[in-house]
Amino acid sequence: MTANPWVRPYVLTGGRTRTKHHLYVHTLVSLERYDPSASSRLSPEAQRLYERCAAGTQSVAELSAHCAVSLGVTRVLLEDLAAAELVQINDDAYSSPYDHRLLKRVIDGLREFA
Amino acid sequence: MAFASSPDQLAPSVTSAKIVVAGGFGVGKTTLVSTVSEIPPVNTEAWMTQASKTVDPMRGTDAKTTTTVAMDFGRLTLSRNLILYLFGTPGQPRFWPMWDDLCRGASAAVVLVDTRRLDVSFPAVNYFENDSDVPFVVAVNLFDGLQTHPLDQVRDALGVAGSVPLVTVDARDRRSSVHVLLASLNNTLEKTSPVVIH
Repeated sequence: MTANPWVRPYVLTGGRTRTKHHLYVHTLVSLERYDPSASSRLSPEAQRLYERCAAGTQSVAELSAHCAVSLGVTRVLLEDLAAAELVQINDDAYSSPYDHRLLKRVIDGLREFA
Repeated sequence: MAFASSPDQLAPSVTSAKIVVAGGFGVGKTTLVSTVSEIPPVNTEAWMTQASKTVDPMRGTDAKTTTTVAMDFGRLTLSRNLILYLFGTPGQPRFWPMWDDLCRGASAAVVLVDTRRLDVSFPAVNYFENDSDVPFVVAVNLFDGLQTHPLDQVRDALGVAGSVPLVTVDARDRRSSVHVLLASLNNTLEKTSPVVIH
């Protein structure tokens, strides 16, 4: 499960270092239906990410950490998986992290623990 | 709330929010994140080390990477469709480019300070005062449960503006830590205008 230290990150991403959409470390990724045959055609790193997505909705950072794929590579590969419609990148429901509706929802949720 | 912490029970349109926990080495960032998190905090040192190994084996500096924690994060499911992530900032200078990445999209930040070693948190205070738009609060971590310095003295020593809320926290205590997170979010509510979507 550890990354191969002899493979350069850009090899894993086909030379790409940027993604079309900005994926935050906390952006959520989910999978609607696991497809074993699609999984078997993926590169080892993309496959690890895809398999991990099957465990449930989780963040880019969680996927990166659990799959031992660096954050930059994880972002590129997740976008590929999303373009192939294998996973869904959850759109931000709010245009700003300071949207007061979001802040109030988080505050209300946190109060349950206070 | 057992049902809510199981990922497969989440509603299809789940939203996430993020709070950044910053401060110098040893001020209690990891403690605060683990106190609040429902999952064992993910220590991303292995992840960072692995990432940098792939680029540069960094021979001769391996000892350094094993002594300090790069970054931690935790998560707290607030409802079926809302997850809060907490990200601790990496302390070592070589990870500082990560700060911008971590702070992007954050709703609030907490700068933790230890009054016995205020200086280790100066860079974090500077960062949020000068280099980031994320509204922040400063939280004095009471290591022995005792407040050794009045808060206004701490404010003077840190040189933070009066508009920045200064609170105390016992990072080992969940309710206390949650109160700091609430303070940081309320601060963002006060410092920002409601976003109207047309």
